[in-house]
Amino acid sequence: MTTADDVLTKAEALRNSLPSSFRDEMVQSLYTEAERIAHRAVKTSSNRTYDLDQRIDRLVTAPVTGLLVMLLLLTVVIWMTVSGANVFSDMLFTVLFGFGDWARARFVEWGVPWWITGFIWDGVYRSLAWVVAVMFPPMAIFFPAFTLLEDLGYLPRVAFNLDWLFKKAGAHGKQSLTMMMGFGCNAAGVIATRVIDSPRERLIAILTNNFVPCNGRFPTLIMLATVFVAAGFGGVMASFIAAGAVVTVVLIGVAFTFAMSWILSKTVLKGEASAFTLELPPYRRPNVLRILYTSLIDRTIFVLWRAMLTAAPAGAVIWLLANIPFGNASLAIAIAQWLDGFGRLLGLDGAILLAYIIAIPANEIVVPTMMMIYTNAGMMVEAPADESAIRALLVDQQGWTLLTAINLMLFSLLHNPCATTIITIFKETGSYKWAAMSVIITLGTAFLVTFLTASVVRLAGLIPA
Amino acid sequence: MTSGTTDPCATCPMHARLEQMGIRMNDYDRVVALAGNPNTGKSTLFNALTGLKQHTGNWPGKTVTRAEGGYQFNGVKYKLVDLPGTYSLLSTSQDEEVARDFLLFGQPDCTIVVTDATALERNLNLVLQVLEITDKVVVAVNLIDEARRKGIEVDTRTLSRDLGVPAVPIVARSGEGIITLLSTVADVIEGRIATHPLRVKGTPAFQKAVQELAPLIERLAPGIPNARWLAIRLLEGDARVQRAIRSGELADIVAQQRTVEDRQSSTIAVMGRQ
Repeated sequence: MTTADDVLTKAEALRNSLPSSFRDEMVQSLYTEAERIAHRAVKTSSNRTYDLDQRIDRLVTAPVTGLLVMLLLLTVVIWMTVSGANVFSDMLFTVLFGFGDWARARFVEWGVPWWITGFIWDGVYRSLAWVVAVMFPPMAIFFPAFTLLEDLGYLPRVAFNLDWLFKKAGAHGKQSLTMMMGFGCNAAGVIATRVIDSPRERLIAILTNNFVPCNGRFPTLIMLATVFVAAGFGGVMASFIAAGAVVTVVLIGVAFTFAMSWILSKTVLKGEASAFTLELPPYRRPNVLRILYTSLIDRTIFVLWRAMLTAAPAGAVIWLLANIPFGNASLAIAIAQWLDGFGRLLGLDGAILLAYIIAIPANEIVVPTMMMIYTNAGMMVEAPADESAIRALLVDQQGWTLLTAINLMLFSLLHNPCATTIITIFKETGSYKWAAMSVIITLGTAFLVTFLTASVVRLAGLIPA
Repeated sequence: MTSGTTDPCATCPMHARLEQMGIRMNDYDRVVALAGNPNTGKSTLFNALTGLKQHTGNWPGKTVTRAEGGYQFNGVKYKLVDLPGTYSLLSTSQDEEVARDFLLFGQPDCTIVVTDATALERNLNLVLQVLEITDKVVVAVNLIDEARRKGIEVDTRTLSRDLGVPAVPIVARSGEGIITLLSTVADVIEGRIATHPLRVKGTPAFQKAVQELAPLIERLAPGIPNARWLAIRLLEGDARVQRAIRSGELADIVAQQRTVEDRQSSTIAVMGRQ
């Protein structure tokens, strides 16, 4: 009778009798054999060796040009997204808010109590319409563009180029792809981490994805950079300074991604970077219909649906806070005042913090909520279109300084993921713990960094604050 | 030829009949596994045979779990199991585990290894590893059109002879060579084509160790397929195979693999309908 132990003991003994390198030798002989057989069966016409694929690859995967190509493509995609989305967003705003106004007018006409009309149309509907109008167009541009690069076969090359860098942080080269996806939407970036096999490295990619600003945060960053950072400069110089400020913020985000990945891989997610084979697939002609299907149905609609699910209740909360009287103002203002001390400590203020708390469904509605609190309006309102009007409101009335603007940019970059992303992290990891971790890590970093910059600026007396 | 034999025309490519059966595969006669490196057109072939729309893409790692579908060829119903694309079966990534568990314990009647004609050498690493596990293998050399454009010619006859299993050139996208592939698969299953898979031998000491260990495994779990392969894994200290041995449930794994298979069929069936 042979028992399991017999087999295992025997295997152990035999293993010890073999030289320790036998496994490597096995793999080696496998490769040698494959090479030999392939050599016999495959004939290559020598003049075609350097075909187009290889020539492109020499450009795209070389250390310097590869990085340049990647940055160029990423810039073009983000630029297309941010500028192209404006047009469609305006159209959606006109349609959705036009309908909202019309329906609201009907409610007034029918004599529906003001608080029901307000709750439904100024609260829930307004928040929903706002989220759709600002989220849908950029995603409908970014995701197809990104999927096009994927279908062409370009994305694996990016992972290949950057793997050495991620390896140093104990992370996976494919994290670069999930980060790029994060520029479009962090929730989509979190889903994209499925391409990472190792659970440890996948968690690192999930937990740090939010340090990449999604396109919901770009308008805020651009507005702050234009109105505040580039304020003292004129003409062309101003737009360069503004663009430089946004790029700096993005680079800070990337730096934090690496730092946090490194910290995680040395602490809670300890381990070596896994070895992986990354195939550089041949460049292929993209399939346009499939690109549209994958990017619009699988990604855009999927993310938008989750965002709408959280936007509706948040719209209700935002409206209630703005319309429930407290003392001689609204509950929102009372809470903002109560948070003000802590906000000032971070170089921000109470209204900003409150806006970040109640506008959690989507980064896109943070500024409208902030404006609502500042102007004591009963619903979310758009920031003034005119630069001097923004300055008048924020600097003259609310006492913003350059520090407030810079810290708000930093806070926007580093703060907790939006509700849509948190839900997605929970769904992907299946764990409350990791979803909570993602909030703690980012929020902790945001508090720490803004507190430090505010303290340094104040101690140095650079800006009166 | 006497008149009593079957009509030879029935099996020639002109008259062969392929019927896509999508997710209808309740009473299949044969199980065929589809293995291959990522991005070799494996899913394209799967879709062409079954008529399903398994998500494909120019990106490694699209197939997360096994997808299953059915096709009927010359009156025989086949269940086709699309395994995750992997580069090897040696490491412990989830994809590779799914693929090798199925090859090992699912006991498919035949395994098609889809290879990329433009990168045959790299693809052969996996082919050789599959040959270690199972005898009934057909190598599909895909993307020969792309290879031709690049000035690469693959001599499938030499390849067949060296590997000891049939190699069939195909273009999964256009359907070229698919009928030949399917009749070759049928021939391998029915024993009309005998296979003598190439096994990488390794050093004499290693060979001796395998020969000593394999009979022990067969005695422990009578009827276990691929005892030789299990022996190699044990010599390498593979923790998963060790666990399977220790729990004494090797036979159970064979049974379990069958149930998983049934359960997954219904999951995929739902996904396929979307």
